[in-house]
Amino acid sequence: MFVENFKIALSQLAASKLRTFLTALGIIIGLSSVIIIMTVGDAMNNMALESMGSMGANKFTLYVTEKPSDDGSVGNVRDWKESDKISNDMIDKTLEHFKGKIKGVSLKEEVTQTEITQGNKSAAVSLNGVNDIALEQEKLKLLAGNNITASDMKNSRSVALVSDRYVNKLYDGDWQAALGKQVEIVVNNKYYIYTIVGVYQAPMNDGFFGSGGNIDDMPSDIFVPVKTTERQSGGNSAFYNIDLIAETGADMEALTADVPQWINDTFYASNDAYMVEAYNMQSYVEEMTDMVNTIKLAFMAIAAISLLVGGIGVMNIMIVTITERTREIGTRKALGATNNSIRMQFITEAVVVCLMGGIVGVSLGVAAGYGITSFMKVPTFTSISGIVGCLLFSMSFGVLFGYLPANKAAKMNPIDALRYE
Amino acid sequence: MDENKVMIDARGVIKKFNIGKENELEILHGIDIRIMEGEFVSIVGTSGSGKSTLMNIIGLLDKPTEGSYILDDIDAIAAKDNELSHIRNRKIGFVFQNYNLIPRATSLNNVELPMLYAGVGLRERRARALELLEMVGMAERADHKPDELSGGQKQRVAIARALANDPSIILADEPTGALDSVTGQMIMDLFRKLNLERGITIVLITHSNELAEETDRILTLKDGNIIGERRGTGAQENVC
Repeated sequence: MFVENFKIALSQLAASKLRTFLTALGIIIGLSSVIIIMTVGDAMNNMALESMGSMGANKFTLYVTEKPSDDGSVGNVRDWKESDKISNDMIDKTLEHFKGKIKGVSLKEEVTQTEITQGNKSAAVSLNGVNDIALEQEKLKLLAGNNITASDMKNSRSVALVSDRYVNKLYDGDWQAALGKQVEIVVNNKYYIYTIVGVYQAPMNDGFFGSGGNIDDMPSDIFVPVKTTERQSGGNSAFYNIDLIAETGADMEALTADVPQWINDTFYASNDAYMVEAYNMQSYVEEMTDMVNTIKLAFMAIAAISLLVGGIGVMNIMIVTITERTREIGTRKALGATNNSIRMQFITEAVVVCLMGGIVGVSLGVAAGYGITSFMKVPTFTSISGIVGCLLFSMSFGVLFGYLPANKAAKMNPIDALRYE
Repeated sequence: MDENKVMIDARGVIKKFNIGKENELEILHGIDIRIMEGEFVSIVGTSGSGKSTLMNIIGLLDKPTEGSYILDDIDAIAAKDNELSHIRNRKIGFVFQNYNLIPRATSLNNVELPMLYAGVGLRERRARALELLEMVGMAERADHKPDELSGGQKQRVAIARALANDPSIILADEPTGALDSVTGQMIMDLFRKLNLERGITIVLITHSNELAEETDRILTLKDGNIIGERRGTGAQENVC
């Protein structure tokens, strides 16, 4: 019986293709919007998780911020002073106090972004001073030469790691040829020279939302010892924010709370306007996914309204269909159809329309979602559970919005129905 | 065939509409009808005589306000909605003036329909439908849809459909009303053939005395009462 109803529904719908399409259109648009929003939301969450992975789950950031005033309000405080910043002395003492829990400070400072030209070749670069821990955090894959050594760091030698993209631009991709060559760079009208000791593989995805341009033209990182850049720039002894790396297995939650509290008690107790706070990547990611999920839900609710309108459209057309087919319903009843079989027939028809709309809508949504997330450089397929969920949802829509018209058909008086012109 | 078996036994059938309202209307005033198995009976009346109402009651599409009705040993008054559907499906074959074929279904599918509601399996259903179409001379048009058929062809498909579940009676409401006289005669001959060869009880409802003449027995309905009963010429010609 179900198979027969399904066949009847298909032949009915096939007989008026345009009407069927227009009926399903509301469902198509509604469901594809839901799928797109779902997919983009998933992509953004994946991005957040990925960034946590690449930036390190054991990293937390200390930053200087305004103390809340007595009435709890923020703002209207005096300007920064050098003494408000986190000093090297503070860092050393903090590391000492939390020995065994904190591995060290990750220092990575961008000195400049510039273009390096050699003859008619040029490469865009970003010059970064890093310490040993920051370099470790970068998780570079070395293609040729050696890493910057502890001794290089300690003695603030002018050595540099360049990316393979840099080598592609200036040395035609010959890594060995680049080793020992010099990077000549101008910072604040001063001329510095670094010797290339190693070539690393540039990450595939430099930054989010790549502008769509050629990745080869975007600046690649050059890493040099941070002490070298500090010496060159006259020394930098205090920071607005620093990244701390916890020892493996340390309780991140506790550290993120304890470290700023200890620093505030020890160093900022007498500061009238500023203090430090901390966040870790994990809580940041959680916050971000929470936010993305909230936005996702809000948009999905809006899309669900269009879906609802689509469902009402289906109901409307079903009522029209049933009115048009009154005589047919009367005939079927005369031939022995029970109320229930009439009801099932029209519910099946509504479900088939909604399911067809669902299949088209989900396909469009998955394709568009993949397109949009590809453009965001995080190509994402809609989750299987999302697809199945949407299809089931569209079918339940058919039952929901088909029931009323189908019930109307089922309750028709066969005599009146047979006479209907 | 048991010539003495009563197929239709309706007694004191009264049908009122708009009961309890100011425009209460009594259409049938206490009708008694007995039709034996294997009879070919016609009920003749002008429009407004109540013949459609009577047909609806005989066909279990409507219930009388008062009176009793036994169809093939089944008490139709006591039956519930679903039971009525079931009885209509198994015991009655309807033939309508306007054919009432399902527009988007082929002849074959139309004939299969009552068997579908009876829960007959696909293979058996298909075989029987083809057999019935063969019998009414429509096997070649099995895959045609109603709008590809002439009036006479449609009515033959409708008759095949009426026979699908091997009913006890065929109830034909003005079956030739929309057909020219030659085609109409063909349909009447088909009924006569079914009646003679298969022993099917046939109740023909019509306004045409000429048509009614071909049946065994003619009941004349006027203003909600049966005012006459006589033998038709068909009885003399065919029943010997």
